[in-house]
Amino acid sequence: MSEETNPQRIAQAVVMGASAGAVEALTAILPKLSRTFPLPIMVVVHLPADKKSFMAELFRAKCPITVREADDKEPIEKGTVYFAPPDYHLLVETNHSLSLSSEEPVLYSRPSIDLLFETAADAYGKGLLGVILTGANSDGAKGLKAVVKAGGTAIVQEPQGASSPTMPKAALQACPDALVMSLEQIANYLQEVTANA
Amino acid sequence: MTLTPERTEDIEIRLLLDAIYRKYHYDFRGYSMASIKRRLTQARTHFGHETFSQLQDRVLHDATLLPALLGYLTVQVSELFRDADYFRAIREQVVPHLRTYPSLKVWVAGCSAGEELYSLVILFREEGLEDRTLFYGTDINPEAIKKAEAGVYELDRIPLFTTNHQRSGGKSSLSNYYTAAYGAAVFDKTLRKRVVFSDHSLVTDAVFAEVNLISCRNVLIYFDRDLQDRAIGLFKDSLTRKGFLGLGAKESLRFSAHSEAFAEFSRQERIYQKKGGAL
Repeated sequence: MSEETNPQRIAQAVVMGASAGAVEALTAILPKLSRTFPLPIMVVVHLPADKKSFMAELFRAKCPITVREADDKEPIEKGTVYFAPPDYHLLVETNHSLSLSSEEPVLYSRPSIDLLFETAADAYGKGLLGVILTGANSDGAKGLKAVVKAGGTAIVQEPQGASSPTMPKAALQACPDALVMSLEQIANYLQEVTANA
Repeated sequence: MTLTPERTEDIEIRLLLDAIYRKYHYDFRGYSMASIKRRLTQARTHFGHETFSQLQDRVLHDATLLPALLGYLTVQVSELFRDADYFRAIREQVVPHLRTYPSLKVWVAGCSAGEELYSLVILFREEGLEDRTLFYGTDINPEAIKKAEAGVYELDRIPLFTTNHQRSGGKSSLSNYYTAAYGAAVFDKTLRKRVVFSDHSLVTDAVFAEVNLISCRNVLIYFDRDLQDRAIGLFKDSLTRKGFLGLGAKESLRFSAHSEAFAEFSRQERIYQKKGGAL
């Protein structure tokens, strides 16, 4: 019996990280996902700590899929997008629930993309798709490496198409074998996921 | 679904936490594991060990390691007047109720290096309530309590503290309360004259006083659900009738076994009021 290795068939969860240019990039992906999208998506976007989060509200209006700001100790549900709240790290527990943390910022960022990706990699292993989008710093590179190390799949927005290429470039440097895609290709790739979660 | 065997590293972490509990009575077994695992990984690197089993061996045989390890296991990140809106709600909505009592007790649970505690003492002084109030600052980490008792913060944090204080509706200048020296801001010792600092664990210790206000922000998020319930039960039993409980911006009593004992006082700022009458 050969083991299924196609990431689009074995995926259980998606994590995404974005910084400068995030709203535009996510707008090209999240609203394309159907109401029956079979995976949970956890998203970290860097925002000023004192800003009330508007990401969840913004995308709730645009997306057929359920969109929420993550709550502490919330069980992760498929077909739901969870945004990290401003000024908190978003972590994934191995029992597939979410935790928040106000530990020190990592690479000046709280929430940290690295932390979300590392804990999700630990919780989902090869069942994780990690997606790094536009951004002006290197947060996420280390996290994406952890995703790959745990057997998961790395996807990076092609730097030349990104409004801010630093983050995708850093991610590619850390994970040279990552799948490189345009925003449209990422959206299509995710739509084709047939999860067995 | 097939049962996958627990991973070696996860087994080691459980055993390490169990060892720390059995030997030193610090109980992290009900903490959220994702965060604990990350911080233990940092500790393992810091102490130069390859595995958590090695770290366990070391901490069991060398008690001098414990304070540094506790530093990794407990999160000590805060600001004076962190989340200005919370302190504004305390000032504008809770204080008018507290003002009706001749004497008051306030408990900052998990006070870490004291930022939240000093914020409340300054607020109470500005509102003319300090003299009738006794403040308790508790934490499990003795090193954190020493820091809180010292009241010394890096000078480069002061601009943020000052902005926070102003945004919280501060009625005085924060510079009235500290002296700057050698890159540090030393907070005035008179702020501590109504404060009792103490070692206390929300996990293993019991009620020690009856208080009118408990402020416990961004502590419960490090606990799993069962432990959160234990801590909230402890808060319930420690509060006077109509006493107040302030939590962190992303903490709530929504899922708690004790939610019925409290009313939402400020939904936005996560301030709860214990219900009156028999419970």
